[in-house]
Order: sequence, then C-alpha cells, then structure tokens
Amino acid sequence: MTDTDAVPCPVGDLATDYDMFDAGYVQDPVPAWAELRGTCPIAHTERNGGSWLPTRYEDVQAMARMVPELSSLSPLVVDLPEEIANDPATGIFSGYNSGAPISADPPVQNWTRRILLPHFTPKAIEPLRDYTERLCRDLIDGFVHDGGCDASVDYAEQIPPRLIARKLGIDESRVDQFSEWVRDAGELGQQDPELRVRSRKTIRAFFDAEVADRRSNPADDLISALLESEVDGQPITDEMVVGMCHLQLVAGIETTRSSIGSALWHFAGHEDDRRRMVDADDELWGTAIEELLRFYSPVTMGRNAAEDVEYGGVTFRKGDKVLMNFPGANHDPEVFENPDEVILDRRRNRHIAFGAGIHRCAGSNLARMEMEVALRTWFERIPEFTLANPDAVTWSGGQIRGPRILPVEFD
Amino acid sequence: MRIKVDAEKCEGHSRCYSLAPELVDVDDLGNAFELNDGEVPAGLEDKARLIVDNCPEFAITIEE
Ligand code: HEM
Ligand code: SF4
Repeated sequence: MTDTDAVPCPVGDLATDYDMFDAGYVQDPVPAWAELRGTCPIAHTERNGGSWLPTRYEDVQAMARMVPELSSLSPLVVDLPEEIANDPATGIFSGYNSGAPISADPPVQNWTRRILLPHFTPKAIEPLRDYTERLCRDLIDGFVHDGGCDASVDYAEQIPPRLIARKLGIDESRVDQFSEWVRDAGELGQQDPELRVRSRKTIRAFFDAEVADRRSNPADDLISALLESEVDGQPITDEMVVGMCHLQLVAGIETTRSSIGSALWHFAGHEDDRRRMVDADDELWGTAIEELLRFYSPVTMGRNAAEDVEYGGVTFRKGDKVLMNFPGANHDPEVFENPDEVILDRRRNRHIAFGAGIHRCAGSNLARMEMEVALRTWFERIPEFTLANPDAVTWSGGQIRGPRILPVEFD
Repeated sequence: MRIKVDAEKCEGHSRCYSLAPELVDVDDLGNAFELNDGEVPAGLEDKARLIVDNCPEFAITIEE
C-alpha cells in the first residue's frame, strides 16, 4: 500500500486521481501537467494499478538517475497483474531475458547496452539513409495523386518497421505483422494483459526461429552480429539475443511512428510553421526536429521502487510504480522558455524525449534519421497540406503517445 | 573558446554530434569527445553554445 498521507498535495481530481488513459489527457496532456506542476509536482493515482507522476524536469531527471532505487525490471507504465506475470507459462520473469537492456538493471543493463550501442551510432545508421529516402519517396508515390492520405497509417506507420526489419535482416513481407504485434503488445495490450501476453509469445516465437536460423546460417545482419558477441569470454545465449530483437520491435516502431505522425499533425495544423519548413536549411531542420521531439515527446516509461525510498517529500513504497514523465518534464517552464509553444529554431533545448541517464534511448540516432528523412522527403513532395477532418484524428496514449488516424489533404 | 565534454556525465545521446560535427565526434558507444583538443574554430562559437544548451546530461561546458 502507498502511504498517501505523506503527500503534501491537495485532494483534487488531478493530484490524487489523474488518469493516463483519459481521452482528454491523451489528446492534450499539457494543461494537466501545468496544473500539477503548480499544485502537486509528484502526483499519485490508484488507477491503472497505481502510479506516481512527476511533472517537473528537475524531478524526472533526478528519478531517471535513481538507480538502483528505482528498478527497470518492468519498465511498463501499467504492470501485468501478478498472477499473469508470475505464471511460469508466460515465461515473463524467466530471468533478465525479457528484453535487456530496457527491462534490466545493472550489471546486466550495462553489458547488454554495450553490445547494442555500436550498431546504433550515427555512423552505423548513416548507411540506412539512402534506403530510407527511397522508401519514403515510394510511399509518397503511392498516394501523392490522390489528393490526400492518412499521414499516420499510409506514411508514418510504414517507415519504422521496415528499418528495423532491414537492420535485423528480416524479409520486408513481415512488416505488417510487426506493426500488428507491437500494437497488440503496446497500444492495445497496455489495457489488455491477455492480449499483451499473447502478442509477446508470438514475437518471441518468431525471433526464436530467426535466431536459431542465424546460428546455423550467419548473414550480414544485426541478429548475426549480436550472436557473435561475447560476455565475459562466453558466447551470448540465443535467448538474450531473442530478447534484444523483441526489444527493438517494441521500442523502435510505435515510438518513431508517433514522432513522425505528431510532426505531420503539427505542420498540417500550423500554417506558419509549415511554410517556414518549405525552404528550411540544415540548421533549421536540426533544431526543428529536436523541438518537435520535445513538444510531442511520445514516450513515458515506468520504474518500480526496489525498496521504500523517499524523494521530494514523498515516499515510494517498495513495488510502487513511478512514471518517468519525460513528456511532462519537457514542458517545464523552469527549463524551457514558453514551453507550450513550438519554436522551430529553439536554441536552448535540453529535452529528454529519449530519456536520460543509463537507459537513454539506444536507438535515438536511428529515430532521428528516420524523422529527418521522413519529414524532409514529405516536404519536398507535399509542401502544402492540411488536416482533412480534425475530428477524425485519433491519438494513442499511455506508454507511447501519438496520432493513429490522421487524414490530411493536399493538391 | 574551448569546449570540454565530461566523459563521466556523457550518456552518448550524440545530439552534440548531430548538431555540430565540426566540434565533436563520437566513439563506438556514441559517447562524445572534443575535436581539435576542444579549441572552437573562429566563427563556430554559436554552435559551441548550441551544443552546450542541448546536451540532456549537462556534460558539455565552455571555457572562454
Ligand atoms: C522517436 C522515437 C523514439 C523515442 C522517443 C524513444 C524513446 C526512448 C526512451 C524515453 C527510452 C528510455 C527508456 C527508459 O528510461 O526506461 C528509450 C530506450 C530505448 N530505446 Fe528508444 N525511442 C525511440 C526510438 C527507438 C528506436 C528506433 C529504437 C531502435 C531499435 C529504440 C531502441 C531503444 C532501446 C534499445 C532502449 C533501451 C536502452 C536501455 O535501456 O539501455 N528506440 N527509448
Ligand atoms: S549531447 Fe551530451 S550526452 Fe549526448 S553525446 Fe553529446 S555530450 Fe554526450
């Protein structure tokens, strides 16, 4: 149980009862964060399994560094019910293999991360740029003469799974399945544990087979490269590599899709900003992408208190869920001037859309390249576009926030 | 003007490199190090400030 007595917060709807799945909050969480920052900067709710929600940049930065006090063994924003998580049949808590480094603490987190990082540096990602440009042009060719498209489904959603597939060495014919699996594991699964567990099994069975195949037939791809890694002189296990593949799917698809989609949503509805990007130079693109990442940060992560731990006048009891509210931190007026405005050439921008500290997004350079190419290619071909029907736009929320249906029109 | 990357603080976001490859490079883990011993070439002072103000780990500092 949580000791809510220790919370110096008013009893009010948001301070004690925020709901991360509330339709209004999902559509625009900014006013709720602003209110909480002023009245109750570390709010608590019993909803959705219970959680703590910090809204100040300083607090989120500090909490991201509370290792090992806040554990990443289950980084979901809504944990699976215990009877499901502990059911041996699900295999979920079978050691650290459920997707290190994201769902791991040191020391496992350190070495799994070290193995992944060299494959995601800016120089390791650059060779994928040509492919991404071709992909984006081909996608646009498919709808550019139709007068409109769903910028989320027909464009943003199509890009990230293809890059992950290409990196891992999986045939492109699988990408529609990838999108379906990660939707079941994430967007839908976060409120439907049975579906989440089913999807997890499907993803792991798929990679069990792929990894076994690369063990006997190494290829020039990331799965084969990961299999060559050594840990303390011992070869890495197949199971670890399956976990890392699983992680790239659930961490790399809906996230990047959301960022591309949010950016297109923004430009469709903000004429001045849209016009400004039509002949933007490299420097403006550079700051604009960081600003869109800040303003529309898609990812909230979870931690669990490993022991009772105090922070900022609040006691997190052992097991309590603490949300890493990176999106909320990125709107803190203490750190960002006019935080609730998109300022495409913002120069002071220490945003933490990719997290902070030891779990900082390993795929950030891939995500950034995808965003840049997707947006620049779009603007080259479709400089003028608007929302076809603002009421038809839908957003996904919770762990990953971004538009899911986004009809736009153009000439 | 000189810049300094604190290797203890850097978590390898590579944001500095994507904004100013003239001033920093990154190693195999994405961690940044200064080019040119940190000496900022004339005309790039603004870029140096830009990467200081964009590092989420507060790892880059300027020594005038
Ligand atoms: C715009 C797109 C993306 C955003 C906003 C994003 C955000 C994040 C955040 C906030 C974390 C920190 C997790 C934590 O603190 O618990 C993270 C971790 C991670 N992300 Fe991303 N991500 C994106 C795209 C990607 C892509 C394309 C990949 C590629 C496969 C990826 C792979 C990872 C991995 C492996 C981790 C775990 C790192 C660790 O725990 O050491 N992400 N991401
Ligand atoms: S932006 Fe900061 S944390 Fe990231 S690589 Fe550069 S110095 Fe390191």
